[in-house]
Parts: sequence; C-alpha cells; structure tokens
Amino acid sequence: MLGRLTLDAIPLYSWVAMGGAAVTVGGGIAVFLLITYLRAWKVLWTDWLTSVDHKKIGIMYVVLALVMLVRGFVDALMMRAQQAVALNNEGYLPPEHFEQIFSSHGTIMIFFVAMPFLTGLINIIVPQQIGARDVAFPFLNSVSLWLTAAGAALVLVSLVVGKFSTAGWTGYPPYSGIEYNPGVGVDYWLWALIVSGVGSTASGINFIVTIVKNRCPGMTYMRMPMFTWTTLCISILIAFAFPALTVVAAQLTLDRTLGFHFFTNGDGGNMMLFANLLWIWGHPEVYILILPAFGIFSEVVATFSRKRLFGYKSLVYATACIAILSFTVWLHHFFTMGSSANVNAVFGIATMIIAVPTGVKIFDWMFTMYRGRIEFHPSMVFTIGFMVTFVIGGVTGVLLALPPADYLMHNSTFLVAHFHNMLIPGALFGYFAGLNYWFPKAFGFKLDAKWGIRSFWFWIIGFYLAFMPLYVLGFMGMSRRMEHYADPNWQPYLIVAALGAICVLCGIICIAIQLYVSAKNWGSARDITGDPWNGRTLDWATSSPPAPYNFAVQPDVRDIDAFHDMKIRGVAYQAPANYEDIVMPKSSALGPIIGALGFVLGFAFVWYIWWLAALALVLGLVCVGIRACDDDTDFVMPASEVAKIEGARLAQITAADMHDMQDFVPVGAASGAPLAGRV
Amino acid sequence: MDHSAERSLSTYLTGFALAVVLTAIPFTLVWGGLLTGPAVYAVIAVAAVLQVIVHLVFFLHLDLKSTPAENLFFLGFAAVLIFIMVGGSLWIMMDLHHRMM
Repeated sequence: MLGRLTLDAIPLYSWVAMGGAAVTVGGGIAVFLLITYLRAWKVLWTDWLTSVDHKKIGIMYVVLALVMLVRGFVDALMMRAQQAVALNNEGYLPPEHFEQIFSSHGTIMIFFVAMPFLTGLINIIVPQQIGARDVAFPFLNSVSLWLTAAGAALVLVSLVVGKFSTAGWTGYPPYSGIEYNPGVGVDYWLWALIVSGVGSTASGINFIVTIVKNRCPGMTYMRMPMFTWTTLCISILIAFAFPALTVVAAQLTLDRTLGFHFFTNGDGGNMMLFANLLWIWGHPEVYILILPAFGIFSEVVATFSRKRLFGYKSLVYATACIAILSFTVWLHHFFTMGSSANVNAVFGIATMIIAVPTGVKIFDWMFTMYRGRIEFHPSMVFTIGFMVTFVIGGVTGVLLALPPADYLMHNSTFLVAHFHNMLIPGALFGYFAGLNYWFPKAFGFKLDAKWGIRSFWFWIIGFYLAFMPLYVLGFMGMSRRMEHYADPNWQPYLIVAALGAICVLCGIICIAIQLYVSAKNWGSARDITGDPWNGRTLDWATSSPPAPYNFAVQPDVRDIDAFHDMKIRGVAYQAPANYEDIVMPKSSALGPIIGALGFVLGFAFVWYIWWLAALALVLGLVCVGIRACDDDTDFVMPASEVAKIEGARLAQITAADMHDMQDFVPVGAASGAPLAGRV
Repeated sequence: MDHSAERSLSTYLTGFALAVVLTAIPFTLVWGGLLTGPAVYAVIAVAAVLQVIVHLVFFLHLDLKSTPAENLFFLGFAAVLIFIMVGGSLWIMMDLHHRMM
C-alpha cells in the first residue's frame, strides 16, 4: 500500500537532521497559521496561486527563489562550520549527513534558487520590455511555475521523510546507481530534477515564442533591450539543453527502478555516458544562469551612468556567440575521464575562446560607465562589485581550461572556489541588482537603498573571505567535499572561510531587513510615474505596478532606448484618443493542480507507491485534457474600464514627478558620448 | 477550401504511412535478427533521421519555398546544435572506447 514508506523514514539518525526536519515542518505550519490568521486563503488562491498574469507568476518565482536561498544557504553554513572544526575529529555532522548537505546545497542553489530567480525576473520584465500584454502561453507559464515549485517541495520533503541524495549535485553513477545507493535519496534528487526540468523547458519555449512573436510595432530584433536579448538566447539554450538533463535523469531512473543497464558497471552499461550527457546540459546551464544577469547589468549600467549602453551591437553578438559556444565546451567538466589529448585539446581551446566574448562585455560596460554620471544605487553597486570579482573567476576559469592544469586542480577546493566565483558575482549579484532595480516596477514602491548597500558590502566581503581561502586550499591539495581532514595547515583557511559564510549570513539578514523596512515605509517611497530611475527601456513606460494588460495601447518604438526616446519626444505620458477592449487570459486552478500532481507523482515514484503514481499520472493527463477542451479561456476587459484605470494613473502624475528631459537632448548619443546638462 | 482540406488529409496519411514503414524496418531487422553488428545501427540511424524529415515535411508542412525564412533559420540552428551534441558525444565516447580496449 505505501511501498517502502515506513516509520523508519523519519530522520531519527542525528539530532541535526531531526532539527532540520523540525524547522521545515514548523516553518510550514507557521506559514499556514499566518495565512489563516490573516484570513488570506481566498485572496491568495484567487489573486495569486491560480493567476496566469506574468507579473504575479514572476513575483511568485522570486519568492520561491528567496525561500530556497535561505534553505540552500543554511546548508552552506553547516558545511563551513563542519570543516572549520573537523581537524582530526568527526565534527558535529556524521559523514552520511554531511554528504546529503553538500548534495542538497548544490541542487537547491542551481535548480531552486538561480533558475526560479531568473525565470521570475524574466517573467516580470521581458513582456514589458517588448511592449507585450502577456507571454505567448500564459497558462503554460503557470504550469511551469507550479512544476518548479513541486520540484522544490520534493527537496524540502526529503528533509522530513527519508533522506536526500548523498551523491553530490551531479549524481554520477555507478555510486548513484541502485547497487551502491539503494535508499530513496537519489530518487528524490532525480524526481526533483525531472519534475522541475519539465517546467523549465516549458518556460524556455514560452519565452522563445513570446519574444519572436509578441514584440510591439517597431521593436525589431536590433532594438530589443539587452535583457530581452539575453533572455532570447538563454531560452534557446533551455529548449535544447534541458531535454538532455531530462533524458539522462530518466535513464538513471530506469536503471534504478526497472533494472535497466544504461550506466551500471556491468551488463554493457557505461557510466561515462552519464557524465557526458549531464554536462551537455550542464555547461549551457551555466550560461543560462549567467547571461540573464549580464542582461540585468547592461540595463543597470546604462540607467545609472545616465548614458546609452556602449556597443549595443557588440553586446548582442557577444551574447549570441557565448550562447553557441556554450554548447561546444562541455567536456572540460571531465577532462580527467581519460579522453585522448586531441579531444581534451579541442575542448580546452573552445573553453578559452569563450572568454573572448565575455571580455568584450566587460569592456562594453566599462566604456558605458566611462565619463558617465554614475549614481551609486544598490543595483549599480552590485554591478560594479560583479565586474571586479567576476574577472578573477574568469581568469581562474581560463587556468582550469588547460587540461594539464585541470589534472592538478580537478576535484579540489580550487574548482569549488572557481565556480562560486562565477555564480555568486556573475549570477546572484545580477539577480540582486535586478531585485533592487525592478522592485518598484513589481510593487509600486522603492526598496530601501541604505540596507541594499549594506547587504552588498556583507555579500562581497563575505564572498572574498569564504572563497579566496578555498583557492589557496586547492593549491595545498585539499579535495572538495571532505567531512574531516588531518592536515593542521588547512584549518586556519577553513576558519576564515567559515567567517566569510557568517558575513554572507549578515548580507542575507540585511536583505530581509531591507524588504521589511521598505514595506513598512512604502508610502514615502512610492513610484508614481512608473519610472523611478529615469529608465531607458519600455518596462519603465508602464505604471508601477503595471495594470493587468501592461500597455493600454501598443507603444510605437523608434529607438533602441525606446522609452528614453519617447520621453525626449514628449510622448511618454500622453493619453491616446480612445481606448479599446482588451482580451485577457482567465485565471485557472489547473496550474497549481497539475503542479500538485507532479509532486505526488514524484513522491510516489520515490517510495515505490505504484498505485498513487499511476493515479497522479492519469489525473495529470485528465487535467491537460480538460484544459485542451476548454474554449472559454479569455475574458474581455471593456474599454471603459481601461480608460478608468489609465485616467486615474495619468491624473496622479504631475509635472514635478517627471524627469526633466530637456537636459537629456542627446549630444552624439549614438557615439555613447556623455550628455550635457545636469541630472 | 474542400480541396485543400482533402489535400492536407492525404498529406497526413502519406506521412503516417511513411512513418509506419520507417518504424517497421528497424523493428523487423532487430526482432527477426536479419541484420547484426554495426550495419543494424547504421540502418536504425538512417531510418530515424528520415523519419524526422518525414515529420517535418508531412506533419509540420515544412517547405523550402513557402516556410518563412525565420523558421528555416531556427531549424538550421537546431540542426547545428543537434549535430554538435550527437556528433560530439559519439566522438568522445568512441575515443574513450578505443583507449579502454
């Protein structure tokens, strides 16, 4: 009846695991009680959970990412604490538990922090940047969100019921095979990846179609904002790379569950093919995480330097080059697998080449700042911090691209330091910049800048403290994922790294305080015009928060910096002669229901509860069928209501709220030269 | 209108028949044991690629003349990526295979 699910699944094996389970369950109960206390269930369900509005879906993605960031960070803190004390002793974590922690840390940070964070920001902003009213497939968007949430829920549940994988976030067989890992951990990992991977693939397809088909008149490809360009490129990467992950996860599931032999030691299996297929997804994935952040930096750096982005075309071509090259370097993740020198050399050289377009971007951003009137907004500070820090990671990356050097550094903490050096400044700082930059667009009031700056300093100092010692430790021969060690020379570095993690903890607390303080004082930091930073792209043309339809009339784009151009021409806040009826997608409960069924399917497969898995699968297909047969998925918002919303907005804006564009008449704007006049 | 509907039905049926044939060939060869060794892999690969083309032409109505250039560009891009992934994997795994002999 319940497969292999018994009372033994409750984690009584260590007090730390028990504590983690208690916190997870307690947190869930607390949220449940809070919503009940606020009597918010109905509002939550009708206005948010079932919504297909891309802005609300985006906000829910970001909330998911922030919650999972805390969970993933607690894992990191526990690892740093363990390694700081575990010289010649067992520390406070048993090996079995330590292995679960580094596996869940990687899985959570990649799949349930970075992916939802960037998907959320894209959801909120991209349709507005291209002058669209919604994404191409609003309902699919909701399904994507809930499948991602289902994957995250599987990881969270593994803390309470059973165990998580001990095979690392890459889960290489044969160790992750059923022979060496008969428990449920690897299955939790696999099903979290499969369920959320389907959601990510659908998101990718959704954004390709949205950007190709839904651009407003005049928005040619070479006028799209950089964030939209990077989104288009990563959506293509998602559509081609994620199937590789889904396939490899499905194959390992078949190996584990039905006794197949894709990756087993014997019977014709080949575990090296797993590494190959995983990294065919894995390397493009790195760029899927980083390119949208590059897009955010491009927007932020132009806005807060008060200049047109330098080298727009070179940035577009560099992005496209990186996107294609990202498919040609995957072997550098397993140079030591034993390929011949020719194979390693080809992939090593391809890896070094990828540094070229990335360097182009860094120079473009620096030239945008050159002689600009820089304003040190938190998002700009994160951008500058990124540029300085990311270059260090780039240099160590080119070092690792040399196969002979990689043979020395492989699997050491040098590698750990390198990829954190790419992903924390390269991706996470970008998302934080985006959070500070676009928060007023999503909620209608600005985030507190003081706490934003504080969070930045804690993050960047914490980052250097936590990871520079790991570079050194890598040279000293420390391999990654060590539960304890015997070399006393390592301990001082590991203690510094632990202090760095505490510093990052302060950074996260600052972000929480920033959100709290800003929400408390929201009235004094309201964004009335919808354009708080004197922005340049179309996302600032809508109100903050935007009306459900974003644009009452489709904008007419004549320049790369479309909204900046509209402000100079003086047409930015003009009411049209008349409004039209607008067709909008209806909310649907099927999105969250399909997500819940995805969770049940994964959970049932993990515990071998076959009847439940079959039931969830059938019900899921029924839901898809119901939706496919539903011809009544839209409603019409009458022109009178649109006129009312727009009228109220325009009446609120006074001349004093608007940016004085007289001073912004560009002087040699195309050359990127600085503009005359005051800010 | 009727005429085009008829033509499209016949297109779908032709495509279906071709797809069935291209599926049946590899299955027959393997089940019947008519062909073994590398030859059977080659036949399966060719039949699979042909089937992809059949789907594109008969089901997705791909046509070098009437399909918009944009769509052909994306398809070409997809072909390049698939070539990199499949070709690269074969190269890597073959290379390993020879070194492990």
